[in-house]
Order: sequence, then C-alpha cells, then structure tokens
Amino acid sequence: MNDVLDLKIKATQIRLDLINMIYESKSGHIGGSLSSADILTVLYYNVMNIDPNNPNWEERDRFILSKGHSVEAYYSVLADKGYFPKEELKTYCKFGTRLIGHPNNKIPGIEMNTGALGHGLSIAVGMALGAKMDNKSFRVFTLMGDGELAEGSNWEAAMAASHYKLNNLIGIVDRNKLQISGNTEEVMSLEPLEDKWKSFGWDVLTTDGNDIEKLIDTFNAAIASANDKPKLILAYTTKGKGVKFIENKANWHHRVPTEEEYKAAISELQELMEVYLNEQNIK
Amino acid sequence: MNKISNKEVISDVLSRVAGVDKDIIVLASDSRGSASMTSFAEKYPQQFVEVGIAEQNLVGIAAGLASVGKKPFITSPACFLTMRSIEQVKLDVAYSQMNVKIVGISGGVSYGALGMSHHSLQDIAVMRAIPGISIIIPADRYETEKMMSSLLDYEGPVYVRVGRNPVEDVYSDLNYNYEIGKAIVMRQGNDITIIATGETVKIAVDASDKLKEEGIGCRVLNMHTIKPLDEEAIIKAAHETGRIITIEEHSIFGGLGAAVAEVVVQNKPVPMKILGIPDEPAIAGNSKQIFDYYGLSVSNLYNVSMSLLK
Repeated sequence: MNDVLDLKIKATQIRLDLINMIYESKSGHIGGSLSSADILTVLYYNVMNIDPNNPNWEERDRFILSKGHSVEAYYSVLADKGYFPKEELKTYCKFGTRLIGHPNNKIPGIEMNTGALGHGLSIAVGMALGAKMDNKSFRVFTLMGDGELAEGSNWEAAMAASHYKLNNLIGIVDRNKLQISGNTEEVMSLEPLEDKWKSFGWDVLTTDGNDIEKLIDTFNAAIASANDKPKLILAYTTKGKGVKFIENKANWHHRVPTEEEYKAAISELQELMEVYLNEQNIK
Repeated sequence: MNKISNKEVISDVLSRVAGVDKDIIVLASDSRGSASMTSFAEKYPQQFVEVGIAEQNLVGIAAGLASVGKKPFITSPACFLTMRSIEQVKLDVAYSQMNVKIVGISGGVSYGALGMSHHSLQDIAVMRAIPGISIIIPADRYETEKMMSSLLDYEGPVYVRVGRNPVEDVYSDLNYNYEIGKAIVMRQGNDITIIATGETVKIAVDASDKLKEEGIGCRVLNMHTIKPLDEEAIIKAAHETGRIITIEEHSIFGGLGAAVAEVVVQNKPVPMKILGIPDEPAIAGNSKQIFDYYGLSVSNLYNVSMSLLK
C-alpha cells in the first residue's frame, strides 16, 4: 500500500480498533499505542516484506515490539493484515485469551514475547546477526519506547549492533517524551538522544513519527543507506496522538476511558476518518 | 585422577559437530578462555559470537539467533548468567520457547575463594521456578558427553551447569543408558537412598560403598536432570528405602533437596535430610575444602545415613 491517504485511513482505523479493544477489556496502554499507530501502519502496510498467509516464511522481514505495552496497536495491525481473525480482538485481555496484554509469540506473526522493557534490541541484534551469517537479505526492525531507553541492556545491544556492522537492523524510537511518571527528561534525561545513538556507531535519521509521508521517506532512506552502520529512526511523536484530550498527558499512559471519554474519542477519530474518506472520494 | 573438565568436553563435542552443522553457534561474554572455547573460536570464527561483558545482551542475542534458525550455545560463568540475565532467560528464552542452550560454567563454588559474587548457589532455585526450561547437571566427563549427544537432538531451552575443574570419574566409559529426565541408579539398596546431582554424585557413590561395608544397602540416584524431575524414581525410593538424603552443590533452599522434598511429602512422606550450602555466604577455600566444611563429604554422608537409620 503506497498511497499516503490510504495509509492515513488505515492508521485511523487502527486507532479506532485499539480504543475499542481497550474500552471493551478495561485494560491497556492507550497513550503509547496511539503514538506508535502511524509507525506500525507504515511498517506493516508499506515497508516490511511480509506474507500474512505464510507467517513463518523464512525470508520475511522481522519485527520486534520492544515497547510491548503498545500491543493494542500491534494486535490491531496484525488482525487487519490477516494474521488472525479480527473478531478475536474482542477477546483482548479476557480470561484464557491468547491476546494477552503484551506480545505473545503463540499468535501468528509475532516473533517473540516481549513486555519487559529493554529486551527487543538484543533480540533484534541476534536476528540481524543470524541473517548476516546465512547471507539472508531480510531486515530486522524493532520499535522501542523512549522511556525504556533507561534500561542499560539497550546500550549493550546498541554497542553490539555497530560492532557487528548490522546495517540490516533498523531500530525505531517512539520519542513521545512521556513515560508513566511524567516527562522523560524529568524522570531520567535521555537527551542529547541523537548524539547518544551516533556515539554508539549508529546512523540516526529523525522524523515526525506521526506523519505517514515523512515516515515512508525516512524508512526508505534508512533502507537505501549503503554504509555498514545499523540505522536508528528517532521518530518524534505525540503520546495519545489522534485524540486531543489524551494527547501529551502522562496520566493517559494506561488509563481506561470512561464511557463518555470513549464516545468522545471514537467520534473524534470517526470525524477524521470521514475527512479522509471524502478526500478519497474526490480523488 | 581425570584431567578433563566437563566444560572441555562440551567444547570438544561442539568443535566436532560445528563443522558439519553450521547452525551451531557458541556465544561468550569475554568468557571464551574460562569456558574452554578459545580453540572453538579460532576454528570456527564465523560460528562464534563474542558480546563482551554484557550478560543480558548475551542471552537476548542468543534468543534472536535461535528465532532465525540458529542453534546457540551460551557459555558464560553460571554466577552471572543466572542472575544478571535471568529476565532474558525467563522471557526471551523460556517464555518465547527459543532453542537456546545456556551453559553455566564454573558453577556452584568452583571459584572457591573468590567469594559470593562468583558462587552460583541459587541457580537451580531460580531456574526451577521458570516454566519451559530444563535443568541438567552432569556428574562427570562421560556423562557430559552423553548429555551433549542428547542436547544436539533436543529442541528447546535448557540450562546446563558444569564446574570449573576436572571431576573424578563416576563412570568408566560411555556404555550406559542416558536419557534427559531419567535418574540413573548408581547403586542398588533398600535401606536408604542418597539422591545426588553433578559433582556430588561421586561422593554419594563412595558413601554408599562405605555403608555397604557395614551391611547397609544404600541406593544412589544420579539426578542429572533437575527439571523435568524424575518423580517416579523418587517415589519408588521413598517406598522401597524409607529414608532419603539429598546432596548438592547449591543452597539448601530451592535446589535438588527442595525439589525432592516436594515430591516426597506429597506422595510418600519419609524422613529426609537435605545437604547443601547453608544460607550464608560460603566460606573461602577451594571446592574440596568448602565441600568438606559444609559436610558434602563421604564421612558426613555416612554419619547422616547412620543417624537416619537409627
């Protein structure tokens, strides 16, 4: 899917789906799921080389959701791609479900169980290294949260990725600047974040992580890069993106909307959806 | 006295098969020397991954390699591997069911006088409570070889603990049946049972021989696999011998003794004694001195057996 408008529609649908999941189950991480919805949409509908009908295809690009708590966006994307029935989203976090509150590799399309922070990048390094050993051309993507970058294991992995010249590895940081207790810079300062990654030997590309068009361009640039460095996309996002009263508020990290808030959120996204659909009709 | 350590056997077996199976990968955390993997690294540089002193990354990378079809063997000191990186073991390996073999070297009190930082006396306890990972501690070089043959065909997470130094032979050759999850009866007897694992198997066998001189039939079970535990062999021993002693190079909490006790009390309660390292930082000394100090010795096993038989 290459048309930017189609992807915007898709991302809006993902946001609607994930809010429904969270409201239905009365649990989830709404802020981070909304901030990462555009990144996941671009990855799954434009960038990654995958085949949902053949989830174990050896040549597939690999994806690890290191910020595993954004699983509602992830499940919504996977269901929409056809990895499992969309109907199953209704079981999210319900008794006995496989759609638990963090990624579960019993679900087709999910490579690894994540949820504890600071694990994804090491796993991605192993995958990328494995690809190099076998001269495979698949690429490895991992989406990290910014708050999780306080975990030291990320920097062990960052060191290893450049040491082993893993230019087939693309890390993405969902830089929404908020974590559960507040602003990342007040909780534990990450800045200068770009310099940190560069000093660990990574190529850093920055972009607006909620702008579909810019995300596509950035991923294309990262993939086209001919040097031997691992790539880091520092994606500046808005936590809670798409629902005005949720945006940029740390207390929406994992709050569940009330009925009134739920209706307001859905109606805001539906209005946006109508705008996009009208644009599509005009075209 | 045997001069070949169990970790050297692991290295030799991997060196033998790595040429044929290119998916076998050895990972180390600046531990290739202590793991006896220097020659492997030289022979198979493409199948050796050095991660530096970074145990969390070590286990995470191994899981990633396994997920793309590699067969990783991690070799790193047990003390760090099972503590520093335990969350990666729990999630990336066990929970995600990745085919990673985690080899903790210089386990137990192998590092002797280096102190509690370098002892791994909690590894069985912590690993046992994680679903989806097996735990194996071979008794000697022959059993290490048998274990490695089994592991090469075994798909799934396994934690192996071996010591640093060569251990006295318990077996004299490879001509015996070995199966992961099945205890081996080293000595028959119906008066009392000693259940041992790893380097304490030799002590148990010697104690049994000494008890035999007194006309006491002491069964010895080599519990090389702590998980899955051979419950049947334990229950049988409880029924047939009525008394059980366990002996292990581990904290008295949560290890072999605790595992056996869980089975015994719920199936056939009999008097038991758990021998291991007490709940304190182990005294300084070499392995032998530490074992003797805490009663992991033939003479103490003999005395404890006699008092249980009274």
